[in-house]
Amino acid sequence: MRAVLLGPWLRAGTGPRPHPATPHRAPHRALRAAPTAPNTACDSQQRLPAAGRDLPALKQKVSVEVLDHLEQLALVDFRDSEGVERLQKAIQFADQLHEVNTDGVEPMDSVLEDRCLYLREDDVTEGNCTKELLENAREKVEEYFVAPPGNIPLPKLEERETFLQGSK
Amino acid sequence: MAAAVAMAARGCGGVWRRARQRGAGQPGPGPGPFPRGQRAVACNARGGAVPAGKSGLVPWVPVVGLEIHAQISSNSKLFSGSQVQFAAPPNSLVSFFDASLPGTLPVLNRRCVEAAVMTGLALNCSINKKSLFDRKHYFYADLPAGYQITQQRVPIAVNGSLSYSLCIDNKMSQMVTKTVRIKQIQLEQDSGKSLHDDTRSQTLVDLNRAGVGLMEVVMEPDMCCGEEAAAAVRELQLILQTLGSSQAVMAEGQLRVDANVSVHHPGEPYGVRTEVKNINSIRFLAKAIDYEIQRQIEELENGGTILNETRAFDSKLGCTVPMRDKEGKQDYRFMPEPNLPPLILYDAKSLPANMNHQQVINIDWIHERLPDLPSVKRKKLVEQYGILPEHSFTLLNEDGLAEFFESVVKQTQMKPKKVIGWILKDLLSYLKQHSLTVKESPVSSFLLADLLNLLEKKEISSPAAKQVMAIKAGNQKVLNKLIGLVQKKTEGRSNPVLVKQLLEKKLSE
Repeated sequence: MRAVLLGPWLRAGTGPRPHPATPHRAPHRALRAAPTAPNTACDSQQRLPAAGRDLPALKQKVSVEVLDHLEQLALVDFRDSEGVERLQKAIQFADQLHEVNTDGVEPMDSVLEDRCLYLREDDVTEGNCTKELLENAREKVEEYFVAPPGNIPLPKLEERETFLQGSK
Repeated sequence: MAAAVAMAARGCGGVWRRARQRGAGQPGPGPGPFPRGQRAVACNARGGAVPAGKSGLVPWVPVVGLEIHAQISSNSKLFSGSQVQFAAPPNSLVSFFDASLPGTLPVLNRRCVEAAVMTGLALNCSINKKSLFDRKHYFYADLPAGYQITQQRVPIAVNGSLSYSLCIDNKMSQMVTKTVRIKQIQLEQDSGKSLHDDTRSQTLVDLNRAGVGLMEVVMEPDMCCGEEAAAAVRELQLILQTLGSSQAVMAEGQLRVDANVSVHHPGEPYGVRTEVKNINSIRFLAKAIDYEIQRQIEELENGGTILNETRAFDSKLGCTVPMRDKEGKQDYRFMPEPNLPPLILYDAKSLPANMNHQQVINIDWIHERLPDLPSVKRKKLVEQYGILPEHSFTLLNEDGLAEFFESVVKQTQMKPKKVIGWILKDLLSYLKQHSLTVKESPVSSFLLADLLNLLEKKEISSPAAKQVMAIKAGNQKVLNKLIGLVQKKTEGRSNPVLVKQLLEKKLSE
């Protein structure tokens, strides 16, 4: 499996920056230990975060171990500090969700939750399209797809050519 | 890691020999976890701890839990309309969804849900009227989507139990009943098949199996040895086959068992567990578990530690070895399956009034139609025919034998208590010797009933009846003996070739 390079995606939207990128400083507003947000969940006047609004500071920076773990699992290449910056910003942005009081509210995990799950009859209606499926394969051997011998694991952090190495 | 590879290369016996030499003053002879001549039982059927290990000090308590995957017996797959069939041309039973092509969506198969509900009810589970589907992510060539749709948060059935029986001390006459708790049953997709071509350093992938419906049955770690696990799996297999929810043939991959094994001292917390995979038969299941228990005990007694790893059972060497691709802890990044709403099941009380009943699954309706489970069948056989409980186990253990027995009883005047002896001793041992199934028996129930009638009417003696059965079953030696007897009677005046022909003609009638 080749690593999916999400580095460019993470960097999208930011202009070129001088090296080295300075770490993001904490904004003026201090973060309370246990944010108890006002009950504004249904408040239609609650402002959505504007582009320039200060984001709450990250409770802790994303550690190198976590970044290494992410690179291995999701095969994401953070590539450079910009990529990591982008990740930290994304987490900070999502952390705003903590400002909403959700005590006693059932989580929703799909907008489909009230729909009826359709049940299909146990009939054979598909298949028998070997040729079509194999058309997509770069390599094939007698109607089998061909894959590498096993998962090729990402080498350990020490052996990888990743900028994370220097940060340990 | 290197040590483990060395172990695999040299064969397990060698390493254990070395381990013993390392410890000074170790008593006891010989190599290997299983000294020759001793049956490798890690616990007795009463659930006691393993008697003291080599050091003769504190006993060990082995803990065994099982994760069983049973392929659902259905025409089409869990989320698509491609066919479910063993041994078809590669990639011929694959739909666009199974191949994970973009723009395809899962559509749940009603039959698979019914199979899971039946199985849950048979295992005394609570059926969740609302269950959810999730995605379990990992990368492997035979999982084209990169995730498996399963039920991790809220599965379809929970908190059940399975009762099974064991013979104590190898004697059939003493059976003890045990129970293992069922944690949950969940519906999930099967993956495709990988064929490893080491010579060309590649893997060939066949997606025929990808997307086939599975029921994962998770058992709590209530067992303590290979024998218990084997008995529990055998009983589960019989139940699934009786229900028809799975054909549960291990050799065809319709029933796959992974064992979680750990050991600890009584009163102390559970030890680190290992997962043992690649077990292809019930016999190997018992062997693999007993081996792993012994391996862990030896490792710990020699001052080593147990790694929380996945190991494969090597049936040729009879040992477990670490599995290569499962290094390091997996993070499956579970998330709700966004394309499937919750699965809602109904019962008689909650049945919706104006829904298309093809879209409704009624748990009570299914409950009413469950067939007699093996435990009930055994009880009925004992009550109806006065046979011993252990006889009923043997009857049900052999496919078709119970029906054969009942058929003979119907056609003969001989009492069932006597008939059972002929079935279990004479017929069954013959079939076993020649590796035949009951269906392939050369002696039909009609013939056996006929023979037993003659015996009852005292027209023939018991040894004679046994001989006739043997001949009918094609035993050449006995046939020759008969020819010899005829010769004696006719004082050598009969033509042996003609006698043989006549006898064979008679026998084929």
